[in-house]
Amino acid sequence: MTQLLEAVDLVKTFPGVRAVDGISFDVTRGQCFGLLGPNGAGKTTTMEILEGITRPLSGQVLYQGRALDREYREDIGIQFQSTALQDFQTVQESLVMFTRLYRESADIAELIELCNLDDILHRDTRKLSGGQRQRLLLAIALVNDPKLVFLDEPTTGLDPQARRNFWGLIETVLQRGKTVILTTHYMEEAQRLCDDIVIVDQGRIIARGSPGTLVKQHLPAVIARLPAQAWPGDTPLPDNCELRNGFIEMFADEEHRLLEQLESSGANLGDLKIESPNLEDLFLKLTGHALRS
Amino acid sequence: MWRRIVSILVARNREFYRDRAGLGWNIIMPVVFVFGFALIFSGEPQDMFKVGILSSQQDRELAQSPFMDTKHIDFIMVNDEADAIAKIERHQLDLLMDTGTSSRYWINEYSQKGYLAERLMHAAYAESSQPLPQRQTVSGKALRYVDWVLPGILAMNMMFSCFWGVGWVIVRYRKNGVLRRLQATPLSAFEFLTAQVLSRLAVVLVATIVVYAGADLFLDFIMRGSYLTLFIVYIAGAMCLISMGLIIAARLRTEELADGLLNIFSWPMLLLSGVWFSMEGTSAAAQFLSRLMPLTHLVDAARAVMIDGAGLLQVLPQIMMLGGTGLLLLLIAAKLFRWD
Repeated sequence: MTQLLEAVDLVKTFPGVRAVDGISFDVTRGQCFGLLGPNGAGKTTTMEILEGITRPLSGQVLYQGRALDREYREDIGIQFQSTALQDFQTVQESLVMFTRLYRESADIAELIELCNLDDILHRDTRKLSGGQRQRLLLAIALVNDPKLVFLDEPTTGLDPQARRNFWGLIETVLQRGKTVILTTHYMEEAQRLCDDIVIVDQGRIIARGSPGTLVKQHLPAVIARLPAQAWPGDTPLPDNCELRNGFIEMFADEEHRLLEQLESSGANLGDLKIESPNLEDLFLKLTGHALRS
Repeated sequence: MWRRIVSILVARNREFYRDRAGLGWNIIMPVVFVFGFALIFSGEPQDMFKVGILSSQQDRELAQSPFMDTKHIDFIMVNDEADAIAKIERHQLDLLMDTGTSSRYWINEYSQKGYLAERLMHAAYAESSQPLPQRQTVSGKALRYVDWVLPGILAMNMMFSCFWGVGWVIVRYRKNGVLRRLQATPLSAFEFLTAQVLSRLAVVLVATIVVYAGADLFLDFIMRGSYLTLFIVYIAGAMCLISMGLIIAARLRTEELADGLLNIFSWPMLLLSGVWFSMEGTSAAAQFLSRLMPLTHLVDAARAVMIDGAGLLQVLPQIMMLGGTGLLLLLIAAKLFRWD
């Protein structure tokens, strides 16, 4: 069975920079697919190529096995990272305007309820808060009941509460059988929402898989962190330790091993933190720099 | 205190001279204006009077009158008596002479220039010993400047509305991402542009009607032609001006650049299209440039309808030219159009 969307060897250059450098992946129907990477990695450019807005220098995008055509636009919904809506329109008027651009549309009343727009239906779109705006933009992205939804950094700039609420919304959208492709530089978001991710850096894919599998593959199960000065000066650091940015990091596949090591070292355990590694750690390991600059 | 004032002063000055667009506007434009006016008014001094010569013989040399030796008078051959008399009534001719068998001349009692032209004519005849032609009077009030200038002002208003209401707005949409959002939908560039054109056309026509009606209440304009013809003229003009705005907006991404370009197009049109003063008597170069501008043809046609009572057929060339140019520019704009 053909995949819903396939990116085949995409390349896109701008003066002086190869923004997308041979990216290929495919997306299965019904899944949440994530492009993870720091700012400037090429995520947004890749998204634009997938959306059919930008033409790649080489490579192609296949939707249900076919090249992109005008019909594609009827089947997709897009939420851009930064977008403006026409001035002097209310939330409801904006929604209706977009609805009329498509042949088929979703049940607007239902969308309004889903995205919690009841209270702000008659408000001018310029007067919305960040969270309200993102909810409206998501509603607009869903206005044609698309099969495939693109979300470009949907929660950037939102406060933690608004971010969590938005995640709930995306999960509801996924439950309705839609396929979602999102970009993010928040590893928490990718970890929570995505079935499958690619990690992008400097225009290339450096890792691919489900968030859990990727972390397991590359990183140990547990990391302990404590300030460097907590370690007794005369005791050498064991093999499974690294010194980074004034902190000692200890890795192990089992927690009790770590604890034994720490107790016998005589280190001051007042500021000890024990964590499971996450995508942030994975990214750091793979690229040498952080996900969030 | 002075330190604070100077600190802000320096920052503001820096802001001024680093803003190249603003700099250009403040310094270069006035210079352009001075040279522009010098160019416009560098023509030969105009003749002071316009006298119509009604003659069955088209050849001026065969029409006989001692008056015709007078210098600084523009003698114009005419062959339609009724039309020429109408021109006398409207002060478009200062004096009309029939040099044929029935020797007559017409003069408008209300015309200052007619009075003086008549005195010159009498003087010429007195010197010559030929008998004076028979005097006929007509009457007709002079055209007020406001009657003459109104069609141009309506057209000018239309131009600003079309340029900034369509051209500049699209550039702003492009810059802030509104267009990009629309690009992601099934909407095509042609559909988008058509909607913009129709919207602005409606706005501009309603505004023109409101301004006209409102001003007419107070100033009671001369309107010798049909309102329908005038409306059609303005529609054709609006189409052309909107399309010009679209061409400018087809690819630009910054409002400053759009502003600059729109100004470069609109100011010369304002000066050279005969909106404020007649281009008759200006230099040949200025007149040539004037003919190239759509606004000139719009103003000419509107004036012809309002002041001369021109009918649809008479202004059809201008209407076709404006409408045709508008359509052509629209197609080019749709081709050039970029969503981002």
